[in-house]
Amino acid sequence: MPSNLEVAAPPLEAAATTMLPRLFRVQRYLQETDDTFTLELGPLDDGAPLAFAPGQFNMLYVFGVGEVPISISGDPDKPGVLVHTTRAVGTVTRVMARLRRGELIGVRGPYGTPWPVDQAEGNDVVIVAGGIGLAPLRPALYRLLAQRDRFGKVVLLYGTRTPEDILYRKELERWRARFDVDVYVTVDRAIAPWRGSVGVVTHLIPKAPFDPLSSVALICGPEIMMRFSVFELEKRGVAADRIFVSLERNMKCGVGTCGHCQFGPLFVCREGPVFAYPRVRDWLAVREL
Amino acid sequence: MSSIDMCAPENTGRQPKLIERAGVGRLIAALQQQGYRVVGPTVRDEAIIYDELASDADLPAGWTDDQQAGAYRLKRRRDQALFRYTCGPHSWKKYLHPPQATLWRAEREGGLFRILPETPRAERLALLGVRACELRALAIQEQVFAMAAHADAGYGVRLRQAFVVAVNCGQAGGTCFCVSMNSGPRARKGFDLALTEVVHAKRHYFVVEIGSERGAAILAALETRDATAEEIAAAEKTVNDAARHMGRTLDTTEIQALLYRNHEHPRWEQTGERCLSCANCTLACPTCFCSTIDDTTDLAGQRAERTRRWDSCFTADFSYIHGGSVRQSVKARYRQWLTHKLASWIEQFGSSGCVGCGRCITWCPVGIDLTEEVRAIRATKYYREPVHGDTGTRSV
Ligand SMILES: Cc1cc2nc3c(=O)[nH]c(=O)nc-3n(C[C@H](O)[C@H](O)[C@H](O)COP(=O)(O)OP(=O)(O)OC[C@H]3O[C@@H](n4cnc5c(N)ncnc54)[C@H](O)[C@@H]3O)c2cc1C
Ligand code: SF4
Ligand code: SF4
Ligand code: FES
Repeated sequence: MPSNLEVAAPPLEAAATTMLPRLFRVQRYLQETDDTFTLELGPLDDGAPLAFAPGQFNMLYVFGVGEVPISISGDPDKPGVLVHTTRAVGTVTRVMARLRRGELIGVRGPYGTPWPVDQAEGNDVVIVAGGIGLAPLRPALYRLLAQRDRFGKVVLLYGTRTPEDILYRKELERWRARFDVDVYVTVDRAIAPWRGSVGVVTHLIPKAPFDPLSSVALICGPEIMMRFSVFELEKRGVAADRIFVSLERNMKCGVGTCGHCQFGPLFVCREGPVFAYPRVRDWLAVREL
Repeated sequence: MSSIDMCAPENTGRQPKLIERAGVGRLIAALQQQGYRVVGPTVRDEAIIYDELASDADLPAGWTDDQQAGAYRLKRRRDQALFRYTCGPHSWKKYLHPPQATLWRAEREGGLFRILPETPRAERLALLGVRACELRALAIQEQVFAMAAHADAGYGVRLRQAFVVAVNCGQAGGTCFCVSMNSGPRARKGFDLALTEVVHAKRHYFVVEIGSERGAAILAALETRDATAEEIAAAEKTVNDAARHMGRTLDTTEIQALLYRNHEHPRWEQTGERCLSCANCTLACPTCFCSTIDDTTDLAGQRAERTRRWDSCFTADFSYIHGGSVRQSVKARYRQWLTHKLASWIEQFGSSGCVGCGRCITWCPVGIDLTEEVRAIRATKYYREPVHGDTGTRSV
């Protein structure tokens, strides 16, 4: 047989490993609100911790049920614990909510683009979060506060449906007590004893203490809320290319091969989820894109 | 560029060879001897599909097809030509990007579970009868998987392993438009061997171009001789005839801008009303790559399996996120499909996602024809000027 007809042993395994999760053990389970919980995870193997940048996500696999994209919500400077905060809304996340300490979960990642924390150096940073949208922003906030001197004002505007839905309550209170960060929380509807602000989060933007000309804005929440936030920020004079949004689309692979996350020409899993606003502006305007 | 120029042979620097009709059988046998599973065209269920070939007896000798929007019909030929048909419902993607593949399994173990990686079966495939448009489609899909955030090497490995016998088209189908897409009818690269079939009343032979060392090696084991200038010219003529008889044309001038700016064109609504959202087009299309994942468990819930299978942007689930599908209407799904194929693909992967094979036109139950859709949009442009001017993503 001529040697040039020989076919090399195929390294097909390389392809398979892309989709192979790493197993993590639930070390701690925290009930954040009625429907939202935080998992603190540690790798089952003795491999390196999962280093990540604020804004990135993992594909989390629940045995036999499925795999879903969930942002990493922990501290990027403490990658030893992998933290995810999830709202139980459907098939996979509801079973995930029943996981307990010691149980296993599959993790692929981290995937996606990060918040431009480093690029914001020297600027005010405005964080606008709606609902579970605070989870992917928390790592950015940790990083900003850890390197507080590098930035101007740090402002967090956070809106939820009701006071009961407020995430990371204790942490918010701690941050609010600091002098170097401005925290504003609002709820869509409230009954006593809520004494805070009522109304949508976008209403906080006009009066928030930041300099529009030297600010970077990071937004995550329902798409409609992000659109109005951008509108308010632009009205105050924040340039479009200083506004960043994190988008959500159906995701089956996280790596750019399943096609599900397409948003116009963009693959949200690969070019996103964090986008500079001008990159997605026109596409956001198209209904049912 | 005229269609004739397009068919001029590329100088590969190698003398084309000649094999007689019987040589095709020997080629199949030689490939099988080398350990290849030879797959190629064969008649099944009233269509020419791709499947394993035991010998040249399985080839669709004397068959051709008649293709129109929404219609496919096998026909008898007067001669015994082996490859005088055009693309059928199958495409080679079923071998390189399998319709269904187990990714891995998992097993419960004392309250925990472990992952059992799946070792994919490495198969030596010889693809026999790959058309120029299909070669392009293979290259396009390879690009898709190579560009993934964590390159999915499997496709490229399978493709490079496969022995590719291309066949230049000697006739065009009623729904073909490869000339418009600049992808055919002549195979230019990406093959080990390329055959051009010549069927005359008294003679039936093949001019063979050599595209690789292993192609040359296989050929060396067969009875061949140098093709004469006359034989080469006769072969050329068949390809040029095919180029001249495309059933369809598609004007791709500034197609990206055209589609990006016509997202609100009324035509989408009209076609959305006709479209059955059946996904035939995406399944038949040789470049559509989308997939989804099924999770299953055994009855006891002890073993789980993840399976990747082809999916389609025409299903409602495809774009589902909590609260509802992003693309609720069929109109939006059709728009996604067409815009992806012809416009956003260029931005994503550097080439069109359409090779002009015509499958989506033929296999659409209601005969929706993308070349007609583009023509209609072009005829009555309904420009929505970009709201904010340049966006950075739009190259319009
Ligand atoms: C990049 C990214 C980051 C995310 N980060 C978080 C987070 O930190 N916390 C959190 O609670 N949620 C997050 N989500 C949303 C989360 O992925 C969905 O809530 C989850 O997929 C719902 O799955 P399910 O099976 O429980 O719901 P079902 O309603 O049963 O959904 C069925 C399937 O549809 C798909 N799907 C449904 N909703 C979404 C969605 N919103 N986004 C993407 N796919 C969806 C999934 O494939 C899901 O398995 C994120 C989504 C993306 C794209
Ligand atoms: S879009 Fe239609 S014509 Fe183009 S490659 Fe796909 S099936 Fe063929
Ligand atoms: S047209 Fe639809 S199914 Fe085909 S590749 Fe594009 S998104 Fe996927
Ligand atoms: S999630 Fe599969 S391509 Fe983006």
